[in-house]
Amino acid sequence: MATRQTRTLARTMMAPAVIVLLIWMAVPLGMTIWFSFQNYSLINPMMTGFAGWGNYEYVIGDPSFTQALLNTLLLVGGVLLITVIGGTFLALLLDQPVWGQGILRILVISPFFVMPPVAALIWKNGFMHPGYGMLGHLYEALGLEPVDWFAQYPLFSVIVIVAWQWLPFATLILLTALQSLSEEQREAAEMDGANAVNRFRYIILPHMARAITIVILIQTIFLLGIFAEIRVTTGGGPGYASTNIAFLVFRTGILSNDIGAGSAGGVVAVIIANIVAIFLMRAVGKNLDA
Amino acid sequence: MARNVSVQTKTGFTILAWAVALLLFSPILWTIVTAFKTEAEAIAAPPTFLPLTFTLDNFFDVQDRSDYIKHAWNSILVSVGSTLLGLVIAIPAAWSMAFAPTKRTKDILMWMLSTKMMPAVGVLIPIYLIFRDLRLLDTVHGLTIIMTLINLPIIIWMLYTYFKEIPVDILEAARMDGAELWNEIVHVLVPMAIPGIASTLLLNVILAWNEAFWTITLTSGRAGTLTAFISSFSSPQGLFLAKLSAASLLAIAPILLLGWFSQKQLVRGLTFGAVK
Repeated sequence: MATRQTRTLARTMMAPAVIVLLIWMAVPLGMTIWFSFQNYSLINPMMTGFAGWGNYEYVIGDPSFTQALLNTLLLVGGVLLITVIGGTFLALLLDQPVWGQGILRILVISPFFVMPPVAALIWKNGFMHPGYGMLGHLYEALGLEPVDWFAQYPLFSVIVIVAWQWLPFATLILLTALQSLSEEQREAAEMDGANAVNRFRYIILPHMARAITIVILIQTIFLLGIFAEIRVTTGGGPGYASTNIAFLVFRTGILSNDIGAGSAGGVVAVIIANIVAIFLMRAVGKNLDA
Repeated sequence: MARNVSVQTKTGFTILAWAVALLLFSPILWTIVTAFKTEAEAIAAPPTFLPLTFTLDNFFDVQDRSDYIKHAWNSILVSVGSTLLGLVIAIPAAWSMAFAPTKRTKDILMWMLSTKMMPAVGVLIPIYLIFRDLRLLDTVHGLTIIMTLINLPIIIWMLYTYFKEIPVDILEAARMDGAELWNEIVHVLVPMAIPGIASTLLLNVILAWNEAFWTITLTSGRAGTLTAFISSFSSPQGLFLAKLSAASLLAIAPILLLGWFSQKQLVRGLTFGAVK
């Protein structure tokens, strides 16, 4: 099959995709790195020239960076914790023989198809608003003082919204993995007298381990870049209370027009994502051989 | 699942499962019912569940205030346009990698995947400046190009995993029968590849429709998609919960329906074929 002709043809067929992605990856990233070492502000044209590590010192040295980094970790960690544990529970539940399984799946998966700004706004106004939100009504019915979620617990509120959006993803993937577990294996364990807890611990969990790893890694990639949910709810505030790294770069670069410092923040974000990516690539790469 | 369980157990699990599912679905359900209420009823305490006075006014108000139709049209142009453009670039690439793999195919695939790992904020500033200088800010074609680029790795990967499942033996059998290359493609390969291409198309339209980073940062009034449209409702203005619900429902309804049909493809596409 591998004549010279087919090889040339194969290369020609791949060329557009490779070239387009190469440009997309190299040019803007190169520019970001270049800008990050320049004095470059859109409001102050007098600010020019090589900045050395100045932008990095400015961004990383600012207390807002430490907070944004911490918020990023809390956001990613919090959402992962909720979605992986909740997703495992839901997947196990949906795998049981129940009536109306098809409709149940549709109900559970739906939040994933809600675009981020809509998800954020319906939670903010329909649920978490202290005056007319559902949770406010609930608190009043219980005789409690309504909570102003976004003022009092801004980051936690964002975590809840994002977790709601990603729980279906975790559930669906874990359910898919669960359903590939052979019926014989389960029945054999059941006949050998293994109880539900032991069956989960020794048969189901090891089987799902790979899917859980993939859920964690893929979600982390997306969760590091959470943006719209913060933009339409808290705007990163109060102060920097709900600003993550992605939003900090947007604030510095686009809202404050400091291209140099924004770019330095962008490079830091790329480095963080790369550390995560290395692990994801290994997991997916292994599967490619299988 | 044909497991034998008692009716009691099944009833118990059914009740629990429905309770959890409805709880998760409640924000969407609440948005749907609120969209048909009057503004006064939407914020009434205690709240009503089904609207007492059923009204469609909110939908007309939203159209008047923010021009839903224009934004929806932009969303369609960008999501469908970028997906089709992506398929044109991706089909030949995935095809050659699946059917004529070389030693480097795996490396190329992994490298393509790695471009997806690059956080958007890492390139936001250069893209913003390039777009400003080329006058691409707030244009539908500019946004379509970006959307094609960010989803291209997923498109290639999905197609690759589907094409990989087409048995090569069939091609050889067709060749033995003396089929011409062209006939081979039209009568054997295309029918087998179409389901994979359709799934890829569906998932990518959904992803592009819901993309909210580039659509918000690169567009404003003219080329704004539905994500930008809904973000204009982020600051409350007087009585507006019912209108917000109507706008939300309008923004998510098309893709929610599409999504319900594509659950299986979703798993495969979003895990880059790692979970099927």
